Amino acid sequence: MRPGVKPDGRDGLDAVDRIRFQQLVLPHLDAAFNLSRWLMRDRAEAEDATQEAMLRALRFFRGYQGGDARAWLLQIVRNTCRTRLGKSNPAGTTTEFDEDLHPQVDETPEALAIAGDERDRLMRAIEALPARFREVLVLREFEGCSYKEIATITSLPMGTVMSTLARAREKLQRSLVPGSGLGAEHGGGRQ
Amino acid sequence: MSCDRVTSTLHGYFDGELDAAGAAEFERHLQSCAHCTSALEATSVLRSSLQRSALRERAPDSLRRRIDAALEAPASPRASVGAATNAWRWLALAASFLLVVLIGWRQFEGLGGSRQASALASSVVDAHLRSLQPGHLVDVVSSDQHTVKPWFDGKITYAPTVRDLATAGFPLLGGRLDVLQGRTVAVVVYARRKHLINVFVWPTRERDSPPSPGSRLGYNWLGWRKGGMEVIAVSDVNAGDLEALHQLLVK
Repeated sequence: MRPGVKPDGRDGLDAVDRIRFQQLVLPHLDAAFNLSRWLMRDRAEAEDATQEAMLRALRFFRGYQGGDARAWLLQIVRNTCRTRLGKSNPAGTTTEFDEDLHPQVDETPEALAIAGDERDRLMRAIEALPARFREVLVLREFEGCSYKEIATITSLPMGTVMSTLARAREKLQRSLVPGSGLGAEHGGGRQ
Repeated sequence: MSCDRVTSTLHGYFDGELDAAGAAEFERHLQSCAHCTSALEATSVLRSSLQRSALRERAPDSLRRRIDAALEAPASPRASVGAATNAWRWLALAASFLLVVLIGWRQFEGLGGSRQASALASSVVDAHLRSLQPGHLVDVVSSDQHTVKPWFDGKITYAPTVRDLATAGFPLLGGRLDVLQGRTVAVVVYARRKHLINVFVWPTRERDSPPSPGSRLGYNWLGWRKGGMEVIAVSDVNAGDLEALHQLLVK
């Protein structure tokens, strides 16, 4: 215990910790939300999960020893999302993505300029990937994470990150071939 | 190589994650494998589509506000007023740390630009950057000047000015000892909105001097001498804020 610490009682952090948190961790809020968005497959759920993860990160911040703050945060986001998904879906069954329940909002002008077709197809194809494929794909393609960072975030060995990413991309490619339908997976379904 | 392994390797190669030997081996394989060549091309097309579709989502403002509100420390009243969350400022801050560390810095116009003053200013900014690392900012954490000031007793032979300026928008965060050019100095730490200000204080025999500002790579500083003390305040807040702090400290 540092002398004279006056935590505010909610999370045991003092003003210094809060400022450091704001400078080190909060810049990665977009990354946190994006990962959460793709894991939860629902914007409202993603907002709640991200908020919960940020507050958990704040609580754990005393234990943060420096290093890659983004990977540290995304690890917490991932665990929070998995816990929430596990709660709402204890049987572990996959819920089909329902377009009516998940209307797209907040589209950027750039995104609207793209043929809506391609964007929609991509989005649905990613949403349809199994979670373990979806998370490595999103971390690599949208967040630009290295294999090492993905390994930290997902607690998978580096080699597994590489092979999972390989299978995720192949599955995505196959599902994007017109007329192929989704989920035509071949090969061993290990891991 | 087994089929599975070739597939994994192809993606490792595509992502630039293979070591030099692995990459060279795969390139040799590519020359004789039409299947891998087209698979590599397809992976590249997929990445282009993903980038072009702009599917990465940014955190909505409503979420940002909720988190910002949760983060506001009750210890810093008024901090939230008009201080909308500004991720760019933090990004810029992070970028400027990097720049300062990478490029270094040799000038300190504020104290006359002499070689000695330059080296000193350089040390002060180094110390400021160091203070932002985990566990380095404060040795005594308190917003109470009557806790911080006595903490320096017995550790140094002079008494730095320590004031709780929370009502003026500069809440006191604490103090620490730091080393500048081999000399132990007192550092009093204040907050300004979401920024930190390190105020370095040590005794001097020089005459009083008016505040002398300077800035470089996103950091501002203000140095002055008064009553036998040399003071340098360093921060990423604007020069006006440092001047305001100076006024409050010499009052």
